[in-house]
Amino acid sequence: MTDADIDRRELLPQLFPAPGDYLMVSGLAGASRDAAALTGDGERLFTMAGTMGAAVPFGLGMALAAPGSQVAVITGDGELLMDLGALATVASQAPDNLSIVCIDNGRHGETGGQLGHTAIRTDLARIAEGAGLPSVMAIGRPEEIAAAAEFLIEATAPRFLLARVRPGPPVAYKRSLDPAACRRRFRDAYLGAG
Amino acid sequence: MTDTDKNAWPAQLFEQLIEAGVRLFTYVPDAGNARLIELAEAHNAAHPVLLSSEQEGVALCAGADLVGERGVLCMQSSGVGNCPNFLSLIKGGGFPVLLIVSMRGDYGEQNPWQYPMGQAVEPILAAMGVLSFRVERPEELEPAARAALAAAFRAGQGAALLLSQKFLGAKDF
Repeated sequence: MTDADIDRRELLPQLFPAPGDYLMVSGLAGASRDAAALTGDGERLFTMAGTMGAAVPFGLGMALAAPGSQVAVITGDGELLMDLGALATVASQAPDNLSIVCIDNGRHGETGGQLGHTAIRTDLARIAEGAGLPSVMAIGRPEEIAAAAEFLIEATAPRFLLARVRPGPPVAYKRSLDPAACRRRFRDAYLGAG
Repeated sequence: MTDTDKNAWPAQLFEQLIEAGVRLFTYVPDAGNARLIELAEAHNAAHPVLLSSEQEGVALCAGADLVGERGVLCMQSSGVGNCPNFLSLIKGGGFPVLLIVSMRGDYGEQNPWQYPMGQAVEPILAAMGVLSFRVERPEELEPAARAALAAAFRAGQGAALLLSQKFLGAKDF
């Protein structure tokens, strides 16, 4: 895991060349900065800045309630570890329109870069497989990103992509931290105003 | 409560929820919600979702709301203790979430492990901005459910329907 050589700032634009095709939710901190930069803090993205662990079950709710849309969850290793049970919930529901991307830097980036479990022994891809996700892929090198982008389109959903990245900062992007405003923005865009 | 009432209330509550547009029934299994979930499993428009932990249901219902769907979270009172951080979505984000809580550690409880969390349910919910609608008598269920549904899905509040042990009956040990 220490050989991961992906710069996280270059990951999402290559995985999601057409982010407007997705409804997205991102977990707190770095994942949300990267996702907000990808979409320009777009109206079909809901970013979190708290509720650590909520991104996967939140995205599952979106996927079950919007079966005609593709839903992507952008999370990090620390956030995902906070609610691993949600992977089992996803596997049992098996929505055919959900992709989970975990940006694994093995660090708690938002609080000072303290080591996390995935920098020691824990393998989240194997956990996702064990939870029962039908399609799991792990990458750690830049030249693997193109194949991962295909995986997100072609593999049987729900999909779990673990992208091991170098420790380093997310995109420096300032997004709205007002969850009520972000909820209204998303619903107005998706459901129509009023 | 008579045996007839005990059998009838889940069907009445389920119909009320379906009529209010609830489609997702997220739950952690409990004796108090078992019949309600069976009804959801048998109904075309209802979608039951077995959770690993109760907090997932808060996030799942919020995600469903984001795309215009209504969900409820059914759980035992001990599960309320797993939810507070995720309940930030309600107070901070204005996500309407309806909790249906079968109480333990309440009236007639015989298991000492149940009391700490059972007695903390209402203070925790209040601290996180969730309104409690408590049901102690059979005739209170319909109006309490109506009030909780209105608070959640009309007024955008967090609401909890608390089915007390006086209403459900305490478990014998």
